[in-house]
Amino acid sequence: MARKDVQLDHGIILDMIEPRSTVLDLGCGNGDLLYLLIKEKGVHGQGIEIDNQEIYRCVAKGLNVFHGDVDSGLAEFGDKTFDYVVLNQSLQQILHVDKVLIDALRVGKKVVVGFPNFAHYKSRLQMFFQGRTPVTGPLPYQWYETPNLHFLSISDFKRYCRIKGINIERSAYIGQARKIHFIPNLLAQAGIFLISK
Amino acid sequence: MDKEKKTDKHKSVGIISPELFTFDYLKLESGDKFGPISLAYETYGVLNRDRSNAILIAHALSGDAHAAGVHEGKENTGWWDEFIGPGKAFDTDKYFVICSNVLGGCKGSTGPSSINPRTSRPFGLDFPLITINDMVRAQKRLIDHLGIEKLLSVVGGSMGGLQALSWLVNYPQNVRSAVPIATTIKHSPQQIAFNEVGRQAIMADAHWKSGNYYDGASPSKGLAVARMIGHITYMSDKSMAEKFGRAKKNAGEPFKFTADFEVEGYLRYRGDNFVKRFDANSYLYITKAMDNFDASAGRRFEDSLRGNKAKVLVISFKSDWLYPAYQSKEIVKACKLAGIETTYCEVDSTYGHDAFLLEVEEETHLLKHFLKKIFYAYEVTGDYGA
Repeated sequence: MARKDVQLDHGIILDMIEPRSTVLDLGCGNGDLLYLLIKEKGVHGQGIEIDNQEIYRCVAKGLNVFHGDVDSGLAEFGDKTFDYVVLNQSLQQILHVDKVLIDALRVGKKVVVGFPNFAHYKSRLQMFFQGRTPVTGPLPYQWYETPNLHFLSISDFKRYCRIKGINIERSAYIGQARKIHFIPNLLAQAGIFLISK
Repeated sequence: MDKEKKTDKHKSVGIISPELFTFDYLKLESGDKFGPISLAYETYGVLNRDRSNAILIAHALSGDAHAAGVHEGKENTGWWDEFIGPGKAFDTDKYFVICSNVLGGCKGSTGPSSINPRTSRPFGLDFPLITINDMVRAQKRLIDHLGIEKLLSVVGGSMGGLQALSWLVNYPQNVRSAVPIATTIKHSPQQIAFNEVGRQAIMADAHWKSGNYYDGASPSKGLAVARMIGHITYMSDKSMAEKFGRAKKNAGEPFKFTADFEVEGYLRYRGDNFVKRFDANSYLYITKAMDNFDASAGRRFEDSLRGNKAKVLVISFKSDWLYPAYQSKEIVKACKLAGIETTYCEVDSTYGHDAFLLEVEEETHLLKHFLKKIFYAYEVTGDYGA
């Protein structure tokens, strides 16, 4: 589904999710993705978001959203409550990543994870030539003001899944404005995975 | 969101005449029959043809049916005037808004200060022990009387929130949504304790005379103290500091135990004002009803909600320590587990429990969009697979 008005990562996630399924978006931000999923795929959606202003934006879109943080938002849900749990661009900001991912795989039948690739070549070049923490498009923060707690690469995530016995059902890699198919750990700015256990 | 008040930009509902609905009797939760019962109520806006735009507003402990507009010849506006009116959160151009004084109240509805038809004297303590569910049962009769089968929403803060939860649990077929604000499934020991101190203050007043004070002086000192305690719990440490600081009322040498500090003067003023408009026995009955309330009726709350098709918006306030956010989160958790479509927001406010009356901008935003969604049966679903 190639659509010009849809963010590249949102378009990819849209393709990963079955119509009329149930979706929990952890760290749903302003609700753009959830809105899109509901509108285009007829999913039954619920968001969790910590920021008040973002919640007000979600509510204005008619979305159901809980005020809460990602780290504690899953515990109260029963097993397999949702067909999908989505963690798009929130994984790197979660305190206990491992715990949240395991819990997401409990609450959701499948989990969609999207995160910026720290091993993108631009980051590597900055690190190598300047000897400083990289500041790039998908990772735009200085070290002293970043909300990101974890800096992981596409290879890191694949290795994590292998160790934990998590199945990677689908994966997609994106660059500036297009999909990346070749050496993603070097050339992709972000990775999106559909995983299950 | 800007803090700028929008009050001036919106119109008022104007002059409102209170109405009275009287019915034969009610079977109380205790099993007793009680009647006749009158409910004072006000309505704002117009009921539409398919009767789908009615919103019931439930008031808090000291509130009444006068939620918006002004009464003929009076100046004071209703207690939620900033929320009810054309273009406001409860837009009276679109919705039909109802607010009634609770059973047990003293502002026009049957309560302990009403005349007992059997004795031709005020009930006093002969008034039956009523519950939040009884208040809601009486409201249901009013809604039936108005010809409304299904309310668009039941909304209330504090004790009004208890009523909203009672509606949700007891009349799931009659509400399309509920908005419990700054409230709880059931009172904590701390909440009961504050209410009990208020009740003790009233009962310790020599004028209380076991509730038989209607032909003499009323226990106004006790009721004033109860109200003062209430006001302390409605504010936050910060809002008190901002409002009063340690400012003194008089610059001169203070006399022993006069109201020297601004905050003392404020509490005394609030207490003294309250006794002019509120009945001490009503205060006893209503606070007891609040303390006894348990929306989960001894079960797990999510079990009371299972299968419920209503949608829920839960709002709490960060600095509210009387009805802390964790209590709202318990409501949200139960809704989650019961699979109810729910939105929850903890509004960033320093006003304490009073915030539900004061955070106009934030609440208006949440309420407006939520109600719009319910009213237009607006699902974001749509074109897929069409």
